[in-house]
Amino acid sequence: MSVVFKKTEGLTEKQTHYCPGCTHGIIHRLVGEVLEELGVLGKAIGVAPVGCSVLAYNYFNCDMHEAAHGRAPAVATGVKRVLPDNVVFSYQGDGDLASIGTAEVIHAAHRGEKITTIFVNNAIYGMTGGQMAPTTLIGQKATTAPEGRKKELAGMPLKMSEMLSTIDGAVFVERVSVHNVANIRKAKKAIKKAFEVQIEGKGYGIVEVLSTCPTNWGLTAPEAMKWLEENMIPYYPLGNFRTPEEGK
Amino acid sequence: MAKVLMKGNEALAAAAIQAGCKYFFGYPITPQSELPEFMARELPKIGGMFVQAESEVAAINMIYGAAGTGARVLTSSSSPGLALKQEGITYIAGAELPCVIINISRGGPGLGGIQPSQADYFMSTRGGGNGDYRHPVYAPATLQEAVDLTMEAFNVADYYRTPVIVQGDGMIGQMMEPVEFNEPKKRDLPVKDWATTGTEGKRKPNIINSLFLDPQALEDHNWKLDRKYKEIEENETLHEMYKMDDAEIVFVSYGTTSRIVKNVVDTLREEGVKAGLIRPITLWPFPNKAFTEIPENAKAILTVEMSTGQMIDDVKIANEGRLPVHFYGRTGGMIPTPDDIIAKAKEILGGAK
Amino acid sequence: MAKIKGKVTFDENRCKGCGLCATACPVKIIKLDTSRINIKGYHPAGVEEMDKCIACTSCATICPDVVITVERVD
Repeated sequence: MSVVFKKTEGLTEKQTHYCPGCTHGIIHRLVGEVLEELGVLGKAIGVAPVGCSVLAYNYFNCDMHEAAHGRAPAVATGVKRVLPDNVVFSYQGDGDLASIGTAEVIHAAHRGEKITTIFVNNAIYGMTGGQMAPTTLIGQKATTAPEGRKKELAGMPLKMSEMLSTIDGAVFVERVSVHNVANIRKAKKAIKKAFEVQIEGKGYGIVEVLSTCPTNWGLTAPEAMKWLEENMIPYYPLGNFRTPEEGK
Repeated sequence: MAKVLMKGNEALAAAAIQAGCKYFFGYPITPQSELPEFMARELPKIGGMFVQAESEVAAINMIYGAAGTGARVLTSSSSPGLALKQEGITYIAGAELPCVIINISRGGPGLGGIQPSQADYFMSTRGGGNGDYRHPVYAPATLQEAVDLTMEAFNVADYYRTPVIVQGDGMIGQMMEPVEFNEPKKRDLPVKDWATTGTEGKRKPNIINSLFLDPQALEDHNWKLDRKYKEIEENETLHEMYKMDDAEIVFVSYGTTSRIVKNVVDTLREEGVKAGLIRPITLWPFPNKAFTEIPENAKAILTVEMSTGQMIDDVKIANEGRLPVHFYGRTGGMIPTPDDIIAKAKEILGGAK
Repeated sequence: MAKIKGKVTFDENRCKGCGLCATACPVKIIKLDTSRINIKGYHPAGVEEMDKCIACTSCATICPDVVITVERVD
């Protein structure tokens, strides 16, 4: 008997508080696995701000900061500037990164901070119970968009990866999804690449991970995966927007 | 050590470097911009790091991150910038992170003006952020004191694991005076075993955090912080008593305003009026004890501030109704003149005879 | 090539009964045991026909709660 899949050392033993089927759990695992496989878990320092993943400091098996809402890229900047040889990442939701924290993520990219951001986009505010986020889709219902998002009231949803890819310092920008096994494996490759870009000191890297919120979307976990595929991916196309040329 | 003629903002920055601070995160704002400019020039020379943040909000959060690694870190700003930093400061207090924050305050409210002011007293001593927290606030009156207090602030921050504010005003930032850099008194500073430097596989993860969803845990944390603040009140309160032994009129004033008041005290004494000054050096903890040492023959207290009256609240608390408390102030960047203060004092004493 | 044989073990009390593993299993052998609940009050996922397992790790890959360990029978 040989083990082909077991819990990564990158995660603690603690069970997560996430709702059943919430893909935060998958993304946490991918980050944990990547840190372990790159052999940098002992040097890793993560920053998780307010949002469903605010309790990530209980789940990642490395030093962690809990940051104010939207400020994780600034906190991570402070950490990395003092400890350039450590591997520093921020793990943020869309309410955090695409709303209150847009200045921080844009300027971390603009400065080319050698940190890695895992941006979990589930098109809603999860922790506070389902309010509209800047990434909520047109027509998608939320507690603060009871009849669904309307462009004339709330504008079109923000495409953060496209936006950030125009910034020179953002040398690695990719959008992935975790709505099925094949995409989860692709997501892991992108996350690994983003951390490698940091370790090689090339600049700022961000992976936008399309994610589900069964509870606040009002769907079962499998239905949410399907909803993501049919609604989010058309508006948020998957793919790489920026990657450093090889050898550079 | 030889004295050096320096501009306040630069002396403050140099003091921080002397205290072993190698990391600065800031943002331009008059009247303190020379401080980040100095850091931008000097820190790279000593393997330090200067970062100009996109905003004061980002800067204080960079401080949060950098302080979390155990490094000595500094940020500086002026009044409106401090207002933006308040959320970060309460997070830093809650997470018990040491850092030094310099406020070269200017007139307010809102955009206000760029001239010197002491109208940030409430923001700095009552805590502009949310929750039960305090932090020491030093109010230097001279550049030498500013340098000494800044170096002391780094030790106090590390010793108690707290943010510390050094609060001057536009004059402290902009004027030039000779200064020297003396080692602050020795303290055995605790090891920063809580810092996030990477577990290296050798220890459990360290977590920098101010979130306690369990109310009992948060209450325990609050009382723990409160014990710290009581300890700081006990050990770190600083003030100066100037010609107070037989004072009939007791001035209370701090920072650069207190220098004007010292002239007033000397002038009044030359005219046979027994005047004295209580000068708080820590705005928090406020020097309440000093008010119990006011001589019996004192007739009145006159608080002089560059604001419409904020420290006066603490004076009244400390006074406990013993003496009538009067106020004289200029604000918006206007500086009180000795003559005006003397006139007010005589008016009070005239009435008090 | 001989068919790969696998074995999956569920750390039942971590399971939140979300059912994602059941949707991802290519040989459709994972079911939620609706006859009982785990310590969290969810129907735990499990496998009865273990002999059909091909150790492809799809279930473990999509599980948000690190419930599943997969082994390959050599």
